[in-house]
Amino acid sequence: MRRLPALVIALTACLAQAAPYTPKADNEVLERLPFRANAPEGRELRAMRRAFAEQPQDLERALALARRYFELASAEGDPRYVGYAEAAIRPWSATPEPPVEILVMRALLRQYRHDFDPALADLAKAAEREPGNIEARSWRSAILLVQADYSGARAACKELAAIASALLATACRSAVDGMTGGSGPAYAELSKALSRRSDASADTKLWIQTRLAEMALRQGDDARAERHFKRGLALGVTDGFILAAYADFLLDRNRPGQVVTLLKDWERSDVLLLRLALAEQAIKHPSARNHMAVLKERFAASALRGDKLHLQEEARFHLYLLNDVPGALKLAGENYRTQRESRDARILLEAALAAKDARAAQPALDWLRSSGYEDPLYARLAQQLDGLAR
Amino acid sequence: MSRWLPLLLLLSSFACHAHKPSDSYLRYKLDGAELTGQWDIALRDLEQAIGLDQNGDGEITWGEVKARHADIAAYALARLSVAGDGQPCPLRVTGHQIDNHSDGAYAVLRFAGTCKGAPSAVELGYKLFFDFDAQHKGLLSLEVQGKTQSIVFTPEQSIQRFELGELTAMRQFASYGREGVWHIWIGYDHILFLLSLLLPAVLMRERHQWLPVARFGDAFWDVFKIVTSFTVAHSITLSLAALGVISLPSRLVESAIAVSVVLAALNNLVPLVGGRRWIVAFAFGLIHGFGFASVLAELGLPRNTLVLALVGFNLGVETGQLAIVSAFLPVAYLLRGTWFYRRVVLWGGSMLIVAIASIWLAERVLDMKLISN
Repeated sequence: MRRLPALVIALTACLAQAAPYTPKADNEVLERLPFRANAPEGRELRAMRRAFAEQPQDLERALALARRYFELASAEGDPRYVGYAEAAIRPWSATPEPPVEILVMRALLRQYRHDFDPALADLAKAAEREPGNIEARSWRSAILLVQADYSGARAACKELAAIASALLATACRSAVDGMTGGSGPAYAELSKALSRRSDASADTKLWIQTRLAEMALRQGDDARAERHFKRGLALGVTDGFILAAYADFLLDRNRPGQVVTLLKDWERSDVLLLRLALAEQAIKHPSARNHMAVLKERFAASALRGDKLHLQEEARFHLYLLNDVPGALKLAGENYRTQRESRDARILLEAALAAKDARAAQPALDWLRSSGYEDPLYARLAQQLDGLAR
Repeated sequence: MSRWLPLLLLLSSFACHAHKPSDSYLRYKLDGAELTGQWDIALRDLEQAIGLDQNGDGEITWGEVKARHADIAAYALARLSVAGDGQPCPLRVTGHQIDNHSDGAYAVLRFAGTCKGAPSAVELGYKLFFDFDAQHKGLLSLEVQGKTQSIVFTPEQSIQRFELGELTAMRQFASYGREGVWHIWIGYDHILFLLSLLLPAVLMRERHQWLPVARFGDAFWDVFKIVTSFTVAHSITLSLAALGVISLPSRLVESAIAVSVVLAALNNLVPLVGGRRWIVAFAFGLIHGFGFASVLAELGLPRNTLVLALVGFNLGVETGQLAIVSAFLPVAYLLRGTWFYRRVVLWGGSMLIVAIASIWLAERVLDMKLISN
C-alpha cells in the first residue's frame, strides 16, 4: 500500500477547491471533445477502434490504433491517448519478447512519459533484431540528445545515415553539432540541405526552421533567428514547440506584449500558458492572476498523480511568478536529473543565481563547459555564477 | 522521404503536456458501518468508455449526461467494490452532479453503502477504465474517524486493504487521553472530592486544633498517599466496568459520588478520619471509577483497541489530576500558617463543598435539575 502524506494535502486542497453543481439547462455545454465524432478524423478513429474491438488479438490493428493514439497525443498535447495506446498494445507488451514494432511503439510511449532509460532499452533491442529500422535509430538519437549524451547521439546519427535519407541524416547530425559548439557549420549545412529539398513536407520544414532559429540564437544573431521563427510560423502547422521557443525569445528581448498576442488562445497548454502568464505579469495584464491560479491547479493535479513531467515549467513558475527561490531551485535541480536540454540547464542556472548558490548550478555549469554550447545568454549566466563563487 | 522527422521534433519539444492523463477522484467516508462517497469521473473518459455525445457534434451537454445517468452509475459501480472484514458493502448511487477540474468537466457521483457492522479492516477494489487506459489512476481519499488517508489505484494495484485499527490506534490513544484530561477538568465532583481530601494535607490536627505542618515533605507525603490510592482505586473499577466485568446503574453511581464529596468535606469540619484519609480516598475512589467508566461508555469504545483506549483515557485522567495537585500544593503550603487558610479556605471552603455536593446529591437521587449544567 502506498502512503503519500503530500498526496493527502494535495488531494484535500484539490477537493476542497472543487464545488459540484447541478447545471441549470439541458443544453448547457459541459465539455468540448477534441474533435467531432462525425468529422473525418472522428470517423477514422471510430473505425479503427471498432476494428480493434472486434479482434483485439490482431497485432496490425492494435498497432495501427496505438500509432493513431500516439499521433493524437503529440498533436493535441493530450497524454490521455498515451494511456489508450499502452492499453491497446498491452497483450504483446506484457510478454517477455515483444515483436519489434511493439518495442518501438512502447519506446515512443515511454519517452512521452519521460521514462527515457526503459525507452532506450526497447529501442536498442529493436535495432538489434532489425538493424534497418529507421525509426528506432532516429528516436535513439533524439532521446540521447535530451539526456545530453552527445557522443551517443552522434553515434546513433551515424547508424541512421547508413539507412536513411540525406536530409534526415543531416538533420540528425546538425542537431547534435548545434548543441556542441558547432552551430555555425551546422546552420550552414542544414540550411543548404533544406534548400535542396523544396518538396519537403511542411512538418519537416517547420522542424528545420525551428532548429535554424535556435542555431542562429546560439550565434547571437537575433534578427536571423527571428526570421526563421516567422518562416516556421508562416507554414501554418499547429506546433507548440515553435510557439514556446519564439515566446521565450520574445520574453528574453523584453517584448511581452507580442507574447500575449501570440499565445492568447493557448491556455490549454501548460507549457504555453506559463509563457503567457509570464508575459501578462510583465505588462500587468488583468488575466495574469487567473492564469497563475490555473497553473497552480494544474501543477497540483499532476503532483497528485505523482507525475513529474512539468518540472521545468514548474520551476520557472516558482521562480518568476511565485518568487519562491528555494522551491524553484529544488524543482530545477530535480528536473535536471532527468531532462538535460538547454532550457533545463538554463532554469537551473537562473534559480541558482537567484538563490546565490553557485554549487547548486554545478551540473549545468559542467554541461555548459563540456558540451561547448554557445549561446551568449548562457555564458553570461555562468559568468555571474562564477562571480558569486569568488 | 523521412516520415519520422516530425517525430524527432515532437520528442524534445512538446513532451510537456497541455493536458493531463486521466484520473478519477474518489472520496470515501466511513462512519461505523455507514459508507458515503463522492466519485468525480471525467466526461472525456466516460465518452471514451460508453459514449455520451449522442448527436456527435463534439460537445457534451448536461442533457446528454442526464440521459445516461443510469448507465454511468451502472458502469462505474460495476468497477468499484468495498468489503468490510471480508463482507461486501453494497453501494448505491444517491445523486449526480457536475464539477470542473483542471482538465475539464467531471461527472460527480454521490454514493452510499452499508457494511455488516463497523469493520476493523476494509478492502477497496477499483478497476475503472483500466481496460482501455493503461495510464489511468484512481486517486482515493479515505476518511475514517476524522483522519484522512490517501492512496492511488493503478492497473498494477487495483485492490488496496486498510487496517482501520492500525490506521487509528495512536490517534485513538491520544484522543482518549485528551478526553480523560477534559473529563477531570470539567468533572467538578471529582475535583471537589480530591480537594476536600487535600485541603488538610498542609495542616495537622492536635488537641482539636489545626496546626501547620513543619516540613513540606510531610504535606507532600500525605498528598502522595491520597492521590495514589484514589488513582489505584478508580483505575480498578474503571477497567472492570469498561471491560464489562461489573456494571452498576449510573444513577446509583452518581449519587454515591455526591455522597463521597459531602462526607470528604464534612470530615474537614468534624474530623473523624485524620491521618488516614488515603483510606477514604481509596474507598470512594472505587465509586469514582464507575463514574469515569460511564463517560468512557458515552464516548464509545473501539472494539479492536479497547485496552489502548482505556489506558489512554486513564492516563489522561491522571494527567489532569496531577495538574490540579501541583497547582494546589505549593499555594496551600505557603498559606498554611495563616488564619485565612484555616478559617476561610479550609473551613469556609469545606462548608461550600458540603453545600454544593448536597444539592448534587438531591438532584441525583431525585433525578432533577437544580444547579448542574
